[in-house]
Amino acid sequence: MAKAAAQKSTSTKRSNGPAATKEDLLRYYREMVLIRRFEERAGQLYGMGLIGGFCHLYIGQEAVAVGVQESVKQGHDKIITGYRDHGHMLAAGMDPKEVMAELTGRIGGSSKGKGGSMHMFDVPTGFYGGHGIVGAQVALGTGLAFSGRYRGDDSVAFVYFGDGAANQGQVYESFNMAQLWKLPAIYIIENNQYAMGTSIERSSSTTDLSQRGASFGIPGEQVDGMDVIAVRDAVAKAVKRARDGEGPYILEVKTYRYRGHSMSDPAKYRSKEEVDTVKTTRDPIEHVKKLLAEAKATEDEIKAIDAEIKSIVAEAVQFAQESPEPDPSELYTDVYVEA
Amino acid sequence: MTDILMPALSPTMEEGTLTKWHIKAGDTVSAGQVIAEIETDKATMEVEAVDEGEVLEILVAEGSEGVKVNTPIARLSGDDGAAAPAPEAPKAEAKAEDGSGAEGAPADAPVKPKTELKDPEIPSDAKLVKTTIRDALRDAMAEEMRRDENVFLIGEEVAQYQGAYKVSRELLQEFGDKRVVDTPITEHGFAGLGVGAAMAGLKPIVEFMTFNFAMQAIDHIINSAAKTLYMSGGQIRAPIVFRGPNGAASRVAAQHSQDYSAWYAQVPGLKVIAPYDAADAKGLLKAAIRDPNPVVFLEHEMMYGLEFDVPEVDDYVLPIGKAKVRREGTDVTITAHSRMVGFALQAAEKLAEEGIEAEVIDLRTLRPLDHETIVESVKKTNRLVSAEEGWGPMGVGAEVVARVIEHAFDYLDAPPLRVHQEDVPLPYAANLEALSLPGVDKIIEAVKAVTA
Repeated sequence: MAKAAAQKSTSTKRSNGPAATKEDLLRYYREMVLIRRFEERAGQLYGMGLIGGFCHLYIGQEAVAVGVQESVKQGHDKIITGYRDHGHMLAAGMDPKEVMAELTGRIGGSSKGKGGSMHMFDVPTGFYGGHGIVGAQVALGTGLAFSGRYRGDDSVAFVYFGDGAANQGQVYESFNMAQLWKLPAIYIIENNQYAMGTSIERSSSTTDLSQRGASFGIPGEQVDGMDVIAVRDAVAKAVKRARDGEGPYILEVKTYRYRGHSMSDPAKYRSKEEVDTVKTTRDPIEHVKKLLAEAKATEDEIKAIDAEIKSIVAEAVQFAQESPEPDPSELYTDVYVEA
Repeated sequence: MTDILMPALSPTMEEGTLTKWHIKAGDTVSAGQVIAEIETDKATMEVEAVDEGEVLEILVAEGSEGVKVNTPIARLSGDDGAAAPAPEAPKAEAKAEDGSGAEGAPADAPVKPKTELKDPEIPSDAKLVKTTIRDALRDAMAEEMRRDENVFLIGEEVAQYQGAYKVSRELLQEFGDKRVVDTPITEHGFAGLGVGAAMAGLKPIVEFMTFNFAMQAIDHIINSAAKTLYMSGGQIRAPIVFRGPNGAASRVAAQHSQDYSAWYAQVPGLKVIAPYDAADAKGLLKAAIRDPNPVVFLEHEMMYGLEFDVPEVDDYVLPIGKAKVRREGTDVTITAHSRMVGFALQAAEKLAEEGIEAEVIDLRTLRPLDHETIVESVKKTNRLVSAEEGWGPMGVGAEVVARVIEHAFDYLDAPPLRVHQEDVPLPYAANLEALSLPGVDKIIEAVKAVTA
């Protein structure tokens, strides 16, 4: 196991195709644009007071959820994440209408308006939340993986967390048990470099998060999280190991969030130049667009997707406003399951 | 046409200063482009465009202060109007502000069982078997594990060591290490793992070596297990039992001796059980394992070895949420749970010698609390003493007294009294420990005070 931990790979080079067919690329493009347009609109609704509380947008990180989802067997595997969850939910296949209506706190939301931005769930797509306590999803996700091993199926748990959560103690308690029992957990650390306003350099004594499982013997690697194909391929390898009973794997996915930590964060802890450089040189959607051009996708094909997404998001926005607030009688439902 | 509205950029922002425009009439903007800077009560923020199109008009000039949220600040051309209707300001929100929005909301908070809860009839020919609480708990787990293969036990020393208090004795031998799982010393981690497994449909029994150690895991008990059904709109269940010894042990000092009854009993979404005798330990643990909700099951370290009669019936399952009248009486009602029930019964016997007949109610379940049984008793006895091992302030007794005052104030002939641990961390020295913990004498003293 020490050997496995030692095999450190930093495959952060961008993939250049032709690792994906045009159809694949169009699918990635569609999913990523869906997330971005959805999040932009969510930001707008927040600005109008239609979404309350905290709202953490996924813009910039789209390639991660979309790349991971390529390995998910829907209805068989399980996915869990923290509070920056809209992108994961959309990639998992949740209905954008239900997600947006949950953001606006309406009865049509996936949690009937009782959970909000950070707490959404969807059993059919295997999406187990949406958890607001930083790091809690890592122990819970390890339990999802435990359930797979207990049942003896070959399901895998995809456990997302950030560079901030990577310093929580329960992450390491979970790593230990996961490796001890060879649980099929894929730990995806979305390193967007800032835990709220604290950069990874200021919060982490070692910044190569892919090696955070080393003392437990969990192998890991760094992946370019702005490259959907790189994410897809790294996840596929880790998932194959896990399905074969070889235990957990850590993928540190280097990504970047364009927006602040939440809507009320002016992001003064990083320079505008830094953000602009990522947007102009590493944008994950522009990357796929480039690959699409190389794959001879036409402008019309791309425009058709743009139009489709536009109308999906518009429909979601409309639904999220027209769906009524939960009836007062919902106040006391879902506290207990009636035995 | 699409209006760009003054955005709220924090949960509390109502107005702000439009400090700078990055666009002017005639410009074409695309989604994601920074179009303006706005100063809020907290900071200066950039505003990005969501819609695409040509800027037709700037409606609010740069430098304007006190611009109300949702005021149109610029106007775009473009086809967005049709595809994405400009959202309207929320109408529904307003009514929540003054608190009047809750018309039709249920008035009485505690969820009441639909049917009357009753203990199962025990056949008159059923054999009563002397059983320790330790074995009653073990039998309950073994029976439920035979019945449902999704039930498993996980915790420190539960398997090979056979349980730190031998509660899981021989379970490993019968069920194997897949279903009796030794963990590292990692309460936060294995509690979270258990809740995750429960969300995925398994039925974990998580054993804490003591509930003192569960404080490291309380985030998962409350935030992950108790709240997720609600936060998921009923989609995600957590059928899990957290069990282990709770309350005072003997001479182990404050960190290993605390009663968590009141802590957990305050949390909606949890059920909390604290049995007294072996039959209840068995019947209620079986009920807890079958319950589709998270259950905190509080045992008592100093009682594991005590023997009680347990009826030898096939499937002895008791209702959660039902108190039990352990002794009938006419002069005073004593409520207690867990180990304090024994002290209350002893106190009642001594009081009877002096002509005071106490009714002793074993609460058994702390959430939901069966206040009907307590209230009915107080209506008869007109006097109340609550007894608990934990601290008094904000405690179980405080809740019992409050419910009685709410529901039977006019029946009370004396102010109710609470018996509880002294308001200090539990000391190590034998004499101080004895002074701190409540027992028979303190109950008798309180009863005499309310019946004087």
